[in-house]
Amino acid sequence: MSTVAAENGTAGKRGARRWLPHTIALLSLLVILYPLAWLLATSLKPADEVVTSLDLWPSHLEWSNYTTALDGVSGVSVTRLLGNSLLIAVGAVVGNVVSCSLAAYAFARLRFRMRGPMFGFMVATLMLPHHVVLIPQYIIFNRLGLVDTYWPLILPKFLATEAFFVFLIVQFMRGLPRELEESARIDGCGAFRTYWAITLPLSRPALITTAIFTFIWTWNDFFTQMIYLFAPEKFTITLALRSFVDQSSTSAYGPMFAMSVISVLPIVLFFFVFQRYLVQGMATSGLKG
Amino acid sequence: MTTMSTDMPARTEQTEDPRPKSARRRRREQQWPAYVFLSPWMIGAVVLTLVPMAVSLYLSFTDYNLFDPPHWVGLRNYTEMLTEDPRYWRSVGTTLLYVVIAVPLKLGLALGAAMLLKNLGRGRAFYRSAFYAPSLLGASMSIALVWRALYNDGGTIPHLLDSIGIHTGGWVGNPDLAMYVVVGLTAWQFGAPMVIFLAGLQQISPDLYEAAALDGAGRRRQFVSVTVPMLSPVVFFNLVLEMIQSFQVFTPAFVVSNGTGRPADSTNFYTLYLYERGFTASHMGYAAAMAWLLLIAVGVITLILFRTSRSWVFYADEEGR
Repeated sequence: MSTVAAENGTAGKRGARRWLPHTIALLSLLVILYPLAWLLATSLKPADEVVTSLDLWPSHLEWSNYTTALDGVSGVSVTRLLGNSLLIAVGAVVGNVVSCSLAAYAFARLRFRMRGPMFGFMVATLMLPHHVVLIPQYIIFNRLGLVDTYWPLILPKFLATEAFFVFLIVQFMRGLPRELEESARIDGCGAFRTYWAITLPLSRPALITTAIFTFIWTWNDFFTQMIYLFAPEKFTITLALRSFVDQSSTSAYGPMFAMSVISVLPIVLFFFVFQRYLVQGMATSGLKG
Repeated sequence: MTTMSTDMPARTEQTEDPRPKSARRRRREQQWPAYVFLSPWMIGAVVLTLVPMAVSLYLSFTDYNLFDPPHWVGLRNYTEMLTEDPRYWRSVGTTLLYVVIAVPLKLGLALGAAMLLKNLGRGRAFYRSAFYAPSLLGASMSIALVWRALYNDGGTIPHLLDSIGIHTGGWVGNPDLAMYVVVGLTAWQFGAPMVIFLAGLQQISPDLYEAAALDGAGRRRQFVSVTVPMLSPVVFFNLVLEMIQSFQVFTPAFVVSNGTGRPADSTNFYTLYLYERGFTASHMGYAAAMAWLLLIAVGVITLILFRTSRSWVFYADEEGR
């Protein structure tokens, strides 16, 4: 397509067309990544430079921000906070991958009488604001004595409540060739065997996308965690950051942003390792190939 | 290329059995594995979605503080909300203004970036990933804190504006500007719709552009007559998705206002106010009523978008039907 565009121009314009997009892209990149650079730089700034200096680079690197941050908040260490976040995120990942792939397989591959209405309902819940079910869910977990535990954050994921992922896996499974599954059926495999041995391995890209998005979204989640968790030792890193905010004076700025860096580190890591799946997963969610 | 089709998975071979009774039995036997596969989802749909929806609808007609039994008050919550609560209307106004500004801004940036990247060739994959990064990080508490600091009194943005002669002061403490801090953070996360736009652009056949060029269409004409109609399903998908998400914005509003919606309720977004009414002030019935009005509003707007989409969304595969 770029060749078509280039052919419209004169020879001089063609040269400009070649470097102009790259220049714009590079400049946009600088603007887009500035907040991240700012975060990193501020986390290493001495207290007096955080507010007064507009220089991105600190005059010297203040590593003590990080040692202060590692001490954590209200006597709970950062390792503990990260561990809590990790526990919830991993629980959510396992729950979503298992329950969403089971439901998606039924919707994509099995015949049953209620498939139409049920699939319609599942798609409709994509648009349901969480707040409509929030209060009754809170009441249920409160009655069960599960408020201030991790159950309200993990259990719903085992019940395929995130329709987005069911939908994503359905879309992917529909694109798989049926021949393998059919021959497995002819060889005497039941639905479970076929799902486990054929469909699931073939669906790996969709499952990986589900796992990564679930991890990142759960890690970033603030609202649900704030509602359900009260005891500081059960806090996630996100909740701890919030208590950092409440008592914020400028002297706490450096350690606060050091902790911020620590808290986004797992996401950055995931991003670098899995960016191909992330970008593809997002792209295919809007398109049916 | 269609978006978010709600049609059912393609029907498999429908074997017509001459003996209806045994066929029905056989079909029932074949159906039980499907329901086993679906059982976690079905439990979730009933216990965590359908029943809670009914309960929250009931609660919206009650006075309920989580400890004493709900007390039926009829439409009291709704009438109070709509006629006696200026803070409610302020939160509606803030949220609507935010949605109306942030969503087109974000989608505009996303489309612009996708068009730019499409023509890049070399380096496209790198830029695509880099532009996408904010979409993952942006939802975090950390980045919301960064945004607050960047727009705060003495932060980078007011300084930058000062240096080009625009004196705004800190945005975070200014009731006229605080909401735009959240807009900025939202627009910054244009990477997710950009990726979807880019995938859509790449599915447009080059033949169409060539044919248009042969007919003498310039770049602008090609954009209007080829790109826009071919991309309209993706625009529609992004629009609906972003709109629904934007109505529920919470974390940045919470951070910018320190959880209070200040200054002067200017960042008291709908969900923030709902949280305050329900969980801080223990008016669960009132919060449930707010949630239901949110559901209705989002539902109505989605419906309007779907209805009007018939006149502007173009599905290429519809021609053959």
